[in-house]
Amino acid sequence: MSEVNVRSKPRQPFTRRLLALLSSMDLAITLLLVLAVASIIGTVLQQNQPYADYIIRFGPFWFEVFETAGLYDVYSALWFLVILTLLVISTTVCVTRNAPTMMKEMWQLRTNIREKSLRVMHHNDQWSVSLEQEQTAERLQAGFSEAGFRVRQTEKKEGLLLSGMKGALNRLGYLFTHIAIVVICVGGLLDSNLRIKFAEWRGDLKVETRDLASNDVPQKSRLPIGNQAFKGSIQIPEGRVANVVFLPLRDGYLVQELPFTLKVDDFRIEHYKTGQPKSFETDLVLFDDDLSEPIRTTISVNHPLIHKGYAIYQSSFADGGSGLTMEAWPLDERAGVAPEKFEGKVFEKQQMTWGDKQLRLELDSFRPFNINPDPTEEDPKNVRNFGPSFSFKLRSPTGEAKEYVNYMAPVMREGRAFFLSGVRDSVAEDFGYLYLPMDRQGSLKEFNQYLKRLRDTEAIEMVAEQMTLETLAQMTDADSLPLQASLQDTLQTLVAMFIRGGFTEVSNFIETSLPEGQREKLGPAYLSMLREMLARLYFMDKDQSKPVTEAELLFLQDAADAIGSLSRYGSPVYLSLVNYDHVEASGLQIAKSPGKATVYIGCALLIIGVFILFYLPQIRFWALIKQNNDESEIILAGMSNRNPRDFDMLFDQIREKLKLATGNSNSK
Amino acid sequence: MTTTILNKDSSPTAIRWSWWLSMMLAAVFLFSMYSQKFDVYEIGIVLFAATSLGLLGQNWPGFRVHLAAVAGLSLIGIQLYGDNLAAAESNFFLSYLLASQSAIMWMSALYVMATAAYFIGFFARKPFVEKVGSALTWSATTMGVVGLMVRWRESYLMGDDIGYVPVSNLYEVFILFSVITALLYLFYERRFRTRALGGFVLLVISAAVAFLLWYAFDRGAADIQPLVPALQSYWMKIHVPANFVGYGAFSMAAMIGVAYMLTSWARDNKSQGVLATAMPELIVIEDLMYKTIALGFAFFTVATVLGALWAAEAWGGYWSWDPKETWALIVWLNYAAWLHMRMIKGWHGRPMAWWAIIGLFVTLFAFLGVNMFLGGLHSYGEL
Repeated sequence: MSEVNVRSKPRQPFTRRLLALLSSMDLAITLLLVLAVASIIGTVLQQNQPYADYIIRFGPFWFEVFETAGLYDVYSALWFLVILTLLVISTTVCVTRNAPTMMKEMWQLRTNIREKSLRVMHHNDQWSVSLEQEQTAERLQAGFSEAGFRVRQTEKKEGLLLSGMKGALNRLGYLFTHIAIVVICVGGLLDSNLRIKFAEWRGDLKVETRDLASNDVPQKSRLPIGNQAFKGSIQIPEGRVANVVFLPLRDGYLVQELPFTLKVDDFRIEHYKTGQPKSFETDLVLFDDDLSEPIRTTISVNHPLIHKGYAIYQSSFADGGSGLTMEAWPLDERAGVAPEKFEGKVFEKQQMTWGDKQLRLELDSFRPFNINPDPTEEDPKNVRNFGPSFSFKLRSPTGEAKEYVNYMAPVMREGRAFFLSGVRDSVAEDFGYLYLPMDRQGSLKEFNQYLKRLRDTEAIEMVAEQMTLETLAQMTDADSLPLQASLQDTLQTLVAMFIRGGFTEVSNFIETSLPEGQREKLGPAYLSMLREMLARLYFMDKDQSKPVTEAELLFLQDAADAIGSLSRYGSPVYLSLVNYDHVEASGLQIAKSPGKATVYIGCALLIIGVFILFYLPQIRFWALIKQNNDESEIILAGMSNRNPRDFDMLFDQIREKLKLATGNSNSK
Repeated sequence: MTTTILNKDSSPTAIRWSWWLSMMLAAVFLFSMYSQKFDVYEIGIVLFAATSLGLLGQNWPGFRVHLAAVAGLSLIGIQLYGDNLAAAESNFFLSYLLASQSAIMWMSALYVMATAAYFIGFFARKPFVEKVGSALTWSATTMGVVGLMVRWRESYLMGDDIGYVPVSNLYEVFILFSVITALLYLFYERRFRTRALGGFVLLVISAAVAFLLWYAFDRGAADIQPLVPALQSYWMKIHVPANFVGYGAFSMAAMIGVAYMLTSWARDNKSQGVLATAMPELIVIEDLMYKTIALGFAFFTVATVLGALWAAEAWGGYWSWDPKETWALIVWLNYAAWLHMRMIKGWHGRPMAWWAIIGLFVTLFAFLGVNMFLGGLHSYGEL
């Protein structure tokens, strides 16, 4: 781009003025900076997110405003493309305007320069030697050639003129860099989604926003096999095939058909011994009618498969519908019933009937291992494998759902083993955990039996009666009969309350129902009575002759804690994972970019051009030799289009060299 | 670079030849040692490295000494380690000098001392102290590179599958940034025959060192962590260093811009202070600023193109408008505009110095800000 006088006369025709404006340096620099500033938007606002997220973030009004401005996909917004196009046009105009002159002048030695011009150059010198004109010229020419200059000698009125230059290629630097910009942008255009946008604008194409299986997507949202650019993704479960990819577009997607079929044989994640993932790999089979044999290969991150210009990348992974075998341990009034075994698949939804509850079970995910920071270690870097887990939602007929994550293997906590289940009401919350104590058989049976006992009114009545009698036996009061009834009643109520809402419920009762004066005395008494009841219920069918062990007491405590928090758990069952068949899905990204070669050529041009431009300056020298009696007078001048300071030194160096060559070192 | 005849290098031909010979021998040694492990790209990278180091050293005696020291110390460090990573604790030389953490601590201390020495020497007009500054900068750079080299080995000692070239997280690239910026400065210090700018350039390195220390001690960033799959590629060996020549050069240009502004103010105010009298001519400072930006721009272009090539292989497209990519483009556009202004429009003086200083903030955001605030595909080093 060269400077052009923009203050042209008003009478010039419009096209001329437009051309002048387009090739002006000011416009070019402005465009560079505008493009830079515009690019910032897309880095600050996350691009191509689900539209729902934007609405939540900005509210309906600003959401619309930003959508109209194309801010959710800035880099293919019309106004952004206009800036880019203007930059390309400006560069093209500059190159076409300057290239012819540059090409012509590139090799020219400028032999028609005048003595006057030489004398006004910033770098010039003159000295005399006692040599013939021709001889001087010869020696100077040799000196120039030695320093790498191309020289030509011409005869002028004023004397003999030597014109030398080097670094002619510097001009190519200009051409290369600027053509490169145009080439890269054109290549980028070939790979852009402009065609899709155009088809959409004409109404030939419609973005699909519904969640459909790929076969059900209507023709209007499908792109046929062709040479156009696209970048899409697909998840293929192990053992399954696919011959389309999904292209995300705004709040929906399009389906691109592929000229081949892909089958995922196996997906693998390898881990370092520290637990971080080391590699993601997919064993892929590619079937193409044009091939005599299907291609069997393994792709991984950084190692895509390229077939017919379609590049297939490993980009993510997900569950591919793992088969899960679960046991539902009832936690409600059905407690004590043996767990029922059933099966499901990740991503499947099934209607469950548990007791009087109708719930929809939505299996969301399965993880074969969970490498998490160990909560029992202080250093968060100490990670531990918590084993397989699965997560699911239980949705009530009214649509509300709680989300659960259950771990298959028991988790150790203070030396005791627990089955772990996390629960939360929404994704925004952290999980709260339920710890169900594991019994000596490694199962939940004992806990389940105990839970059943706490709901067994007959047993409670019996234990309460016995406890009441024991308590009364220690009393000497005569009118103990009415007290007996009331105490027994209280004990039974306490257990019922506990089942309903745990210790919290009991505390609430104490807070709200007891008269203030008695609260302080009766509160702790109630709680210790409840504990005693819970213990008696637990030990009622134990062999009374054996001493109570520490382990039993701890189990009782853990079980009571768990039962106490069941009301917040909100599920009528605990789903225990007993077996799984892990099926993974490999997330593939498939792209076709017909403009890639163009862009790469542009990049190569750009790099070569930049280095030539900076490090290969065009340097010109002239020496005019005038015959002055028996002496020759030399006028030396030079110029460079880069690095004036370097040229200062070079000029001095060349001058000394030439002076030496002409046998004269005393300058004027 | 532009004019090789300019370099009146006093190095005798014999030394140059032996320099090239040693580069060649080093390459041959690597090929024979790792013939099993090298693929064609790695062979190419070694050849390229040997050639560039040869070119750098052939007219630059200081660099030859530096590289020899790096090679010697690194080999001693590796030798002391043997196969035992725990030697870092038990061996005296490792734990106090050559283990990567120790070497990097030395580097940090030496850079800070060098900064002080340059400034003291400059403001007290003591050329000898400035010379000490140069020596300290060379030593710091040597320790920094040794730190990286030994760390490279350490990563392999942690496990054959863990080993990686240590330019892959924020901690490591800060070391890379420091040594590359220092080398760029030392190169121009020699070519421009002035140490007056040393303190200014070293100031940005000291800032990097301060960050590095905070990052290492407060966030434990110095631990070697295995690479995520996306980073396991030979591209990293060329993409990252090329990028940091760019970042380093832009940072240096900005600090020269600061020196330019201060000198220009001092001279306008007819000050007789050191800034007004001991700084090189403004036009020389400006020329240096231009040269570093041009160099940075050239390498940044290369780095961005390499990044695009890598992205095409790892992410499924040479350009995805990822925040880091986009900010690289913004940096590139900014300096492209700067260079046009200077080369075509002939802008010079204070506006260009200001612009170079602002450029540092743009560069800094691309380098750090993106990782801190924006995330995206490039978020490998998190704060």
